[in-house]
Amino acid sequence: MKKLLVFASALAMSAAMAEAKTFVYCSEASPEGFDPAPYTAGGTFDASAHPVFNRLTEFKKGTTEVEPSLAESWDVSADGTEYTFHLRKGVKWQSNEKFTPTRDFNADDVIFSYERQGKADHPWHQYIPGITYEYYTSMAMPELIKSIDKIDDYTVKFTLNQPEAPFLANIAMPFASIISKEYADVLEAAGTKEDMNNLPIGTGPFKFVAYQKDAVIRYQKNPDYWGTAPIVDDLVFAITPDAAVRLQKLKAGECHLMPYPAPADIEAIKADPNLKLDEQAGLNVGYLAYNTTVAPFDNPAVRKALNMAINKQAIVDAVFQGAALPAKNPIPPTMWSYNDAIQDDPYDPEAAKKMLEEAGVAGLSMKIWAMPVQRPYMPNARRTAELMQEDLSKVGVNAEIVSYEWGEYLAKSMEPGRDGAVILGWTGDNGDPDNFLSVLLSCDSAGEGGANRAFWCNEDFSKLLKEAKTTADPATRTSLYEQAQVIFKDQAPWYTIAHSTQYVPMSNKVSGFVMSPLGDFTFDTVDIAE
Amino acid sequence: MVRFILSKLLYLVPTFLGITIIAFSFVRILPGDPVLLMAGERGVTPERHAELSAQLGYDKPVVMQYFDFLGRLMHGDFGNSLVTKKPVLTEFMALFPATVELGLCAIIIATLIGVPVGVLAAIKRGSWFDQISMTTALVGFSMPIFWWGLLLIIFFSGILGWTPVSGRISLLYFFPNVTGFMLIDSLLSGQKGAFTSALSHLILPSVVLATIPLAVIARQTRSAMLEVMGEDYVRTARAKGMPPSRVIGVHALRNAMIPVITTIGLQIGVLMAGAILTETIFSWPGIGKWMIDSIARRDYPVVQSGLLLIAALVMVVNLLVDLTYGLINPRIRNK
Repeated sequence: MKKLLVFASALAMSAAMAEAKTFVYCSEASPEGFDPAPYTAGGTFDASAHPVFNRLTEFKKGTTEVEPSLAESWDVSADGTEYTFHLRKGVKWQSNEKFTPTRDFNADDVIFSYERQGKADHPWHQYIPGITYEYYTSMAMPELIKSIDKIDDYTVKFTLNQPEAPFLANIAMPFASIISKEYADVLEAAGTKEDMNNLPIGTGPFKFVAYQKDAVIRYQKNPDYWGTAPIVDDLVFAITPDAAVRLQKLKAGECHLMPYPAPADIEAIKADPNLKLDEQAGLNVGYLAYNTTVAPFDNPAVRKALNMAINKQAIVDAVFQGAALPAKNPIPPTMWSYNDAIQDDPYDPEAAKKMLEEAGVAGLSMKIWAMPVQRPYMPNARRTAELMQEDLSKVGVNAEIVSYEWGEYLAKSMEPGRDGAVILGWTGDNGDPDNFLSVLLSCDSAGEGGANRAFWCNEDFSKLLKEAKTTADPATRTSLYEQAQVIFKDQAPWYTIAHSTQYVPMSNKVSGFVMSPLGDFTFDTVDIAE
Repeated sequence: MVRFILSKLLYLVPTFLGITIIAFSFVRILPGDPVLLMAGERGVTPERHAELSAQLGYDKPVVMQYFDFLGRLMHGDFGNSLVTKKPVLTEFMALFPATVELGLCAIIIATLIGVPVGVLAAIKRGSWFDQISMTTALVGFSMPIFWWGLLLIIFFSGILGWTPVSGRISLLYFFPNVTGFMLIDSLLSGQKGAFTSALSHLILPSVVLATIPLAVIARQTRSAMLEVMGEDYVRTARAKGMPPSRVIGVHALRNAMIPVITTIGLQIGVLMAGAILTETIFSWPGIGKWMIDSIARRDYPVVQSGLLLIAALVMVVNLLVDLTYGLINPRIRNK
């Protein structure tokens, strides 16, 4: 009987779909699950956190600016350790076959959503055996959050162990999506806790309808959405992992929009009269990190000389096919506090040669590590390394290119005393400069388990970052980060390569799509012309 | 016959054990571990690494891990995916029908075209038909599947617009999974045009997947036919004045089919390997694509149990092939 009912509702839905406006997105990967908290992949968040859920704060569309969402407003105590959130009233939870909400969103949901991640003894912490909360842990939430208290149904107070300026941006990230406590109770009573990860219930613009593994995800417009209702009635993700096939589907009209085109296809897309291409500077950086603890790379003059020996524009042209900005700072120009006054080291092999001689370096041999995989900030590390190798040979430096399997590469490149300079990069999580500078270049992250692959520890630089992190005033923070970038350029722990451009090809019929600097794909504002 | 079947079944036990060892070690021999891949550029502290490894059960000695794996297998537990946390068997069963549907279609195409082409090429040995078909078969056999699939998509879907680019059915159709076989489910759904849509989605991927087996079957049929046609009994049949159709159809073909059936059976393994690439190109939600994703993520339980399930399937098919010879050729079953 139940099967019959499902069947009937599916029939009704497919009949309705023929007339309704359906937006098809050719997504690049299957979601790992539909609960955003345990996962880290962007493709998973596009399928869960963005269409189905909301967070207390969110990023304003197309920016990294934090705006109110489920929290309508907030107060921060003078010492910056207490955040009191005033929650939005009248926000309806979605429903499905297993769950019909009896109440609106409230403070219990907020506390539940955070505590299940942070408290190891929480009944929902391990609701699926082996589940972990990687973002919550890596954003240092367990160390940061002292307590979360319910003041009343619509007021929640977060007490922090120390002031943390990026906190509001951190909680706008997908892992901090708010899930329903009432739904959790219903699932627990039914003995099907794992459905929290299979059949998501949120407050977002779209309702989850069905997922056929590795093939299709279906959503429907949420009729009770508290914000501006989506324009399309149905949203479909057609999972298509191969970039060339995605493009063919887009051309054939089988989908309206696709992520991550192959760099080689960009020109053809631009030439196609039925397609259009949105582009934006990505919130990323690709770099070559020297091991600043090993001679002669512990000498800033040597690092600077090497930086001057490499032709950056040639790399941007050959490897990125022009789809990138040459990088001079460790943070991208789309990020606030980017110090545009800084001059990049000029490409000058002659001067570089002289500087090396002055530093007493002759017949230098070094290794360049090239990643085995393509990443958003680096389309081809091997080719980049080859260009560097060629340039370095002109100043008498003999470079050898090495590579490892990706997991090994990440681990080995963090081993102290590492031999060689490493090509790697970073894509921002939340638009805060701290998310680049502290994670990649602070003294704290130079040790085991960190991500400072230059092992560069500059006390002045780290002090500026600490100060900026505990200061609430944006103008002061901006000035501190600008000073930090000056130290970075002067000390040259990295050769900054490029900030790659992100492209989103779509059908001409699509309007209203807004590219996110964070690389999110959201569809609540899209429309399709008939 | 019973003894024949039993002896074949007994062979399966050591083979299966061997496969568990290979499947288990294969993914561990690959460098890189799932915790590091999960952490990505961000890095992971040694404490957190140890904690996560322990949670996943990878802190124990490898031999212990193997016996744990074997012990759970005995209870029918294939483990849970590290990524989705779902039972491997559940995921396998959900994706398996898609692969079977594609594989069956491919093997039918390969057999229906390969056998007649092979027979004809043998009869008309040395003719232009023989030359062209066997050269084409050689090209087909050497074709890189990835490139071939993309080429067909660009031509038939992109330029001509005859077939859909990828997927199993048009997104307009939405009905519950009953059997998991799209052709059957689309018929059951009663929705107009659903079956045609499912069929049109099946054409290109099955042609791509059929290419290599088709080439092998055609060449094998040809050489088997040539061999049989030189036998005394065929010459005798001809000399007796039997019509050529009967000589070929009854005396020659039936005997030539024994090696051909073996070849078709062996192609199941080839099909599984081909499915990995074909499914990835055509976004076909089957186990081939699933395995590729899992290898990339070092999802140990999925890779080892997935390999095991696929190997078991190939073994069962080969067993059936062995039994089929027994039916066709009494000399084999009585040996």
